[in-house]
Amino acid sequence: MSPRETVHQVLERVATEDRGRILAYLASRFGDSALAEDALSNAFIAALMKWAASGIPDQPAAWILAAARNNMLDHLRHREVENRFAARETASEQTSEPATDIAAMPDRRLELLFVCAHPAIDPAVRTPLMLQAVFRLEIAQIADAFVMSPTAMGQRLSRAKAKIAQARIPFAVPEPEDLSGRLDAVLQAIYAAYTAGWDDLSSGRGALASEAIWLARVLASLLPGQPEVRGLLALLLHAEARRTATGAFVPLAGQDVRLWSVDMREEAERELHLAHALKTELGAFQLEAAIQSAHASRAATGATPWTQIANLYEALVQVRPSLGALVGRAAARGAAFGPEQGLAALQETAAYKNRFSYQSYWACLAQLSSAAGLVEDAHHAYLQAIELSHDPAVRAHLHSQLTANVR
Amino acid sequence: MKYMLTMTESESGFASRNDPAYWGAWMSYTQEIKDAGIFVFGSSLEPPHTATTIRIRDGKHNVQDGPFADTKEQLGGFFIVDVENLDEALKWAAKSPSALTASVEVRPALVPRHSL
Repeated sequence: MSPRETVHQVLERVATEDRGRILAYLASRFGDSALAEDALSNAFIAALMKWAASGIPDQPAAWILAAARNNMLDHLRHREVENRFAARETASEQTSEPATDIAAMPDRRLELLFVCAHPAIDPAVRTPLMLQAVFRLEIAQIADAFVMSPTAMGQRLSRAKAKIAQARIPFAVPEPEDLSGRLDAVLQAIYAAYTAGWDDLSSGRGALASEAIWLARVLASLLPGQPEVRGLLALLLHAEARRTATGAFVPLAGQDVRLWSVDMREEAERELHLAHALKTELGAFQLEAAIQSAHASRAATGATPWTQIANLYEALVQVRPSLGALVGRAAARGAAFGPEQGLAALQETAAYKNRFSYQSYWACLAQLSSAAGLVEDAHHAYLQAIELSHDPAVRAHLHSQLTANVR
Repeated sequence: MKYMLTMTESESGFASRNDPAYWGAWMSYTQEIKDAGIFVFGSSLEPPHTATTIRIRDGKHNVQDGPFADTKEQLGGFFIVDVENLDEALKWAAKSPSALTASVEVRPALVPRHSL
């Protein structure tokens, strides 16, 4: 720790680096994630006041951990004094000695993920709950991603957290026979967290992307026989291999493959082979990873295997149909078999009412229309895509495409 | 931690109460709960046509024949068990004969909480 760091800077560092782990640890010790969140917020507020007066402690994260745990114990004791029925509450802390040091603190983030994915939790709230409780995304941001009002999302999240504590859902990675129903929701949340980290590099949430990869790695070592876990890890590694290469936005086809991280790409390929070696039916994450793998093969061959990618998308829309997969399939078919084929495939998104507010739909339509010589359609689609892009670099790219191809 | 396991039964379930196999399944289930040392209380209930429901509105007693909700599956019995967590409670609920033919609801007993 640099002596020049201010209280604010230290707290921000602890919040970015250790908050997730401390939260999961306390939630699992007391079986209550909402109470853990409140206690940790109180500990940060206490630190802000104390440290300004008496200096920053040698181990700030350990200080926060101790303060938060004491806050939880106080709260629970208070509850007991008020009410004789609650006499067993403080006993709900696990009997093992509490950790005082961050390094010695067991990591419970995975357990917390599986609690959020418990069958007793409403399926629609599982992924949002994981994004909030484990990955600490803002409620407004989650509500936005799930097309819901922040108030409604906040209510559903607090109801779910109350259920975790009151019904006492155990903090554990489920036994193999209970795993199948819960694993997919966990994988989807890890993927969503990674994407949220990717989308918003400027806001310091790059840490979120690394955390998502770390969790996928832990999950893969814990559950070596689950091909979809390896599929997810391979997918994240392929994406990460490219992320480091692109400071500003450069579309995949235009990227310099020599900048992609070779180590991560190789690790991704190994994971994907291990997944295939398990010889189960191909799941969605394996297919998405295989699509990324096909894109990455351009580094060796110099050409993108579009026909193969189109076939993989064909399988993906069978296994897990989504608007994103249909648009990806249309783009791949356009590149492999000509823009008319791509436009025909894009028609199949009609079942999704929200396609007109989906940026990728318009970007794909713009590119295909332009390639097919449909100048007016392309012009309209480019303008729509630009309007729906948040990232200035993406807007700039679309603008240059518009002027280069449509005028 | 105490949980109430509320067992419902279908009409045919209630009808099969004359069948010795019916009681055999329940007796062995009850015995298993007692052997596990988690039994707090529990009972089977007489069929819904024996139920009487009372509501008081504006000081007036309204007493009616029948259960409080007229649904396909009706309350047939309950257990209160003392187990570690929800997964344990769900495991016991799944063993109940009701789980196969009707349904079992699992709810934690309320621990009063005052907001501070």
